[in-house]
Amino acid sequence: MIRIDSVTKRYPDGTVAVDRLSLEIPDRSITVLVGPSGCGKTTTLRMINRMVEPSEGTILLDGEDIQRQPVTTLRRSMGYVIQNAGLFQHRTIVDNIATVPRMLGWGKQKARARAAELMERVGLDAALAKRYPYQLSGGQQQRVGVARALAADPPVLLMDEPFSAVDPVVRKGLQDELLRIQDELGKTIVFVTHDIDEAIKLGTMVAVMRTGGHLAQYAPPAELLSGPADAFVEDFLGGDRGIRRLSFFPSARLELTSDPVIPLDATAEQIAAPDAPYLLVTDADGRPLGWSAPRDLVAGDIRPERLLSHGRPFVPGTDSLRVALDCAVLSPTGWAVAVDTGGRVTGVVSQATIGEAIRSAHAAGRDDEKVAG
Amino acid sequence: MNGFLHDFFDIPSDLQHSWIGLVGLHLREALLPVAAGLLLALPIAQLCIRFRWLYPPVLGITTVLYAVPSLAFFVVLINYTGQTELTVMIPLAVYSLVVLVPAIVDGVRSVPQETLSAATAMGFGPLRRYFQVQLPIAVPAIIAGLRVATVSSISLVSVGMLIGNQGALGNLLHDAQIYNRPELTWNSVITTALLAILVDALLVLVRVLLTPWMPSGTAGRKQAPALKDAAR
Repeated sequence: MIRIDSVTKRYPDGTVAVDRLSLEIPDRSITVLVGPSGCGKTTTLRMINRMVEPSEGTILLDGEDIQRQPVTTLRRSMGYVIQNAGLFQHRTIVDNIATVPRMLGWGKQKARARAAELMERVGLDAALAKRYPYQLSGGQQQRVGVARALAADPPVLLMDEPFSAVDPVVRKGLQDELLRIQDELGKTIVFVTHDIDEAIKLGTMVAVMRTGGHLAQYAPPAELLSGPADAFVEDFLGGDRGIRRLSFFPSARLELTSDPVIPLDATAEQIAAPDAPYLLVTDADGRPLGWSAPRDLVAGDIRPERLLSHGRPFVPGTDSLRVALDCAVLSPTGWAVAVDTGGRVTGVVSQATIGEAIRSAHAAGRDDEKVAG
Repeated sequence: MNGFLHDFFDIPSDLQHSWIGLVGLHLREALLPVAAGLLLALPIAQLCIRFRWLYPPVLGITTVLYAVPSLAFFVVLINYTGQTELTVMIPLAVYSLVVLVPAIVDGVRSVPQETLSAATAMGFGPLRRYFQVQLPIAVPAIIAGLRVATVSSISLVSVGMLIGNQGALGNLLHDAQIYNRPELTWNSVITTALLAILVDALLVLVRVLLTPWMPSGTAGRKQAPALKDAAR
């Protein structure tokens, strides 16, 4: 565990970057420091590997003061990922990744083998190994940056706005990749960003900081969204935090109905039976084909191309209430289609039913399990 | 034609060298000072980077030294080093500093801040960071500086003629006058120019071999500072 104990950073000109900050960063989880520019989040991160020395207070790593070991030893035990990757432009990708293992005295072969392994882990094509950084896209360079930080298998990973210089699509890919890698490796990650959505998506714990280096709130993201500590945090979270909070509620408990679901070869009785304004037609495998009003359907002659789009379906086991609501809002009929992981329809659910689920989820409050959304 | 070629390469015996011998001598007198200049420029540049306030005065001093005519240098130096090659080479080494110091400073400063931060964060000490990150990335700028310094040095060696025939190929100019043999002037001028072009091409080749990591097409990105007054 990293324990930041009333740490202050004051510069010679009197500016206070971080003001009596105390924070307990749990092991094997992602802790996000988020806040507007000038809130001291990067300074805080840099004090953990002593690129900035605190003016007051102490930082403990597993109970021991970080001042007590040589600074280069400390840094080599902490991976560091930076905006724009900061790759060594004069070294090949494989040598970039092998940097820290080589400094730790690994043999060249062993270090390169480790680098190759990491390239695979972060989703880089092995063919890129002998290339130079300028030959890679921004997103690829950032993956190299992550691989380089992981090379010596450090228990701690410090990430300073690592994904803010790439476009949104690439950023989403990198975030998903980080979550996947974290699932496999379980590092203690401290992540700095100014993007609250990124913080909520990635963080197990989120520390919201405000200008002047004060901690405004330190809480799990769901708690942050449901109970912002003050007006600053509420404002920083943005306008639609109610909707975003739905990301943390599972959709598994939604009450699905399969009454309005009929097969392509439905009989006239099957079409007439359900008391519903719209019917969902499925193919022989149970995959959704589209919606239609019952009066537009002729038994034995249902034409898939005449059906209304069924929109994007959701998977109750893995998707959140936010996804389910989104599917219902986007559906032409106002009904969301639930499918299993194989894409077969398990039922449909109306906006009204989802609305009820949201109300009861809010009532149940903070006990709900977190679902990545 | 044969007769002309014979005259062209017929070096008067007072120079005590064949044409090839003069070429070798010229290269030695031109390149050793640049090498010495580089060895001197590296620590000076590093000091200028470490202590920013030092850079403007250092630039000023090297420029003033560059403005001292080589003849004046010879007059001063001859009291100490006599009519020797060393007297020619010392001013040349000093002149090379005016190009090399800024080239190295700019090159090392051009290393992106995030690259430096990343190196520090990975546990590079200052020395390791200098030799393994900053210097290699500065290589294109340093070689650009070396090219200017070398070409200028090759052209300046000829002035050594004035102090007891220490000007290598330049000595041919003097002999052309006293023996009334204009082809020796041509020999001196053409050979010197060819040497400069060849050595320059060689440095370009070294740059290409040392920096496979540079995007092609930006090879000329790091332009050397303009040669101030090569005719001296």
